[in-house]
Amino acid sequence: MTPNLVYVLTVGALFAAGVTLLLERSLTRIVMGVVLLGNGANLLILMGGRVGGPPIVGTTPEADMSDPLPQAMVLTAIVITLGMTAFLLALAYRSWHLVGHDEVQDDVEDRRIMMLADRDEGPGIAETGDDDGEGDGADRRDGDRAGEGPAAAATPRRAR
Amino acid sequence: MTFLVPLPVVLPLLGAGLTLALAGRPRAQRTVSLTVLTATLVVAVGLLAVSSRHGPQVVEVGGWAAPLGIVLVADQLAALMLVVSAAVTLAVLVYSIGQGMADGNEETPLSVYHPTYLVLTAGVTNAFLSGDLFNLYVGFEILLVASYVLLTLGGTENRIRAGTTYVVVSLLSSVIFLSAIGLVYAATGTLNLAQLGGRLDALPDSVRLLLEGMLLLAFGIKAAVFPLSAWLPDSYPTAPAPVTAVFAGLLTKVGVYAIIRTETLLFPGGRTAELLLVVALLTMVVGILGAVAQSDIKRLLSFTLISHIGYMLFGVGLATSLGLAAAIFYTLHHIMIQTTLFLAAGLVERRGGSTALDRLGGLARVSPLLAVLFFVPALNLAGIPPFSGFLGKTGLLQAGVSDGGALARALVAGGLLTSLLTLYAVARVWNLAFWRTSHPDMPGPDDTTHTSRVPGAEQPDRQPDRVAHSGAMLPRLMVGSTAALVVLGVGLTVVAGPLYDLSRQAADDLRDRAPYVRAVFPDGVP
Repeated sequence: MTPNLVYVLTVGALFAAGVTLLLERSLTRIVMGVVLLGNGANLLILMGGRVGGPPIVGTTPEADMSDPLPQAMVLTAIVITLGMTAFLLALAYRSWHLVGHDEVQDDVEDRRIMMLADRDEGPGIAETGDDDGEGDGADRRDGDRAGEGPAAAATPRRAR
Repeated sequence: MTFLVPLPVVLPLLGAGLTLALAGRPRAQRTVSLTVLTATLVVAVGLLAVSSRHGPQVVEVGGWAAPLGIVLVADQLAALMLVVSAAVTLAVLVYSIGQGMADGNEETPLSVYHPTYLVLTAGVTNAFLSGDLFNLYVGFEILLVASYVLLTLGGTENRIRAGTTYVVVSLLSSVIFLSAIGLVYAATGTLNLAQLGGRLDALPDSVRLLLEGMLLLAFGIKAAVFPLSAWLPDSYPTAPAPVTAVFAGLLTKVGVYAIIRTETLLFPGGRTAELLLVVALLTMVVGILGAVAQSDIKRLLSFTLISHIGYMLFGVGLATSLGLAAAIFYTLHHIMIQTTLFLAAGLVERRGGSTALDRLGGLARVSPLLAVLFFVPALNLAGIPPFSGFLGKTGLLQAGVSDGGALARALVAGGLLTSLLTLYAVARVWNLAFWRTSHPDMPGPDDTTHTSRVPGAEQPDRQPDRVAHSGAMLPRLMVGSTAALVVLGVGLTVVAGPLYDLSRQAADDLRDRAPYVRAVFPDGVP
């Protein structure tokens, strides 16, 4: 396909929107981002091939045929994207089921750092909050980031 | 003998289908999986023998001729990787069977375990054998999708949390890879690796650099190279022990393999050699500093895994025959050793009820066998003389010194430092978990109250069934398979001479490019 400006811009827009959504915390939006990115990549692949008539011998003279290889690849890629979307949605649903939201949570190291920061700030927290301190860092994300004390965020993380 | 080539992909896939059909019958599932993986191992050994004697073996899938159809190529590098990965997957399967039987939870979600595990194996072997960039992508996707399922097995909260990060990061790398494929096709009109080599050479430098950069970025995420490695220590330790072990051994190495393949076949003498070296240095040093700071065995091992990826990149970045040979040898060694260590960590978790260092102690007295199973691969990883880790590192350092550049010298220093710090890290595990006197906190068989004590650090597994077994004797199958891997790891030293020669030969073929290209296109590249 000749590098048609409309296609190029479409691919660019899809990638930009996809990346933006991917940076969100909510899994549902991440799914959207993945779908947009996947479609952007698929269009990009299609752009790599020659444009023309259907590549079936007998219907189109060979010189006018479009390039069938990118189309075949895109088909595979679409199927993979579909499967991934389904899996991500299942993950989001399971996450909502377990913790009541579908936000991506901080990793262990982040929580540890956040907890150290908490200790530095609040003198009252440091001495008492040792043993059950583990949940606090995480729960801050669950509830509110407005700065309620860890004691308030007593979400039963491992209630099961 | 070309009929052997597709078998390592076909057998596990067939097995996956069969085990899925046998979902309600764990014993039949086990038989099928064991048979299939044993057969894969035998085929892989056969392929290694054939390819080292008669050159790369090529199969045109479906009978479609090379540039249009997809080819599977088993050259020496691929065959070597196949043999080691088949051995490792088989051992881990035995281990997980042992664990499942001991836990008595044969029915719980594990009916999907066997099919998924076999699909993972098929993805790995497909990636190794692929002679086509898009098929490589498909191989990656197969193994990634299987790994998503294995990582979130059971759907507990921790695993969902860790799985989310892992899935999103992997998806991003897949999209980058896919876009790179689209661009490569647009620029060259082919995706056949053998054909691409020549066509990419003809491209303008800037385009070539862009394509190489995108591919390296995609593979770098998969291989957990330093700035792109943050996802690994967060996600791996939450999975069940055998899953973590096989991930640690194989998945990152598939990324390393893809880097080796593209750097030698597609972009030889590229301008990214220096970048690779810098990144290798950072990966080594930053990774091992992370390991030193950890207080949980599984997380610590995850960081050493990242760190040692740096060694392999070091060899690839040098791109000399010596460097590549050492990198290949080191990759083989590391697949074996890292898997063994994670399996041993799984045993520690079983015996001591935890992998947190501040709650373990006296394991050497409680279970001397376990101590040996951890100690030997740990020293091997750190590169203590008679072991293969020492030989691999020596090879890399020799390659670095003979390269002679300032950057190579810095890497030699970095490699030595990393080796020393690795020794420190594993020695710390040894001292705290095994050597010191028994810890009062070591839980008894039915003690589950301690599981959430360590602030911030999540215990990798909270399934009550596993904790409840913590005081029990170690299941024989689990110990047996770990011991087998330990012995194999030591055996690498015994066969180091021939193995190094094979790696050397593979490296020379890679640098030459001609044997690979000639095998795919016997009548000249179209």
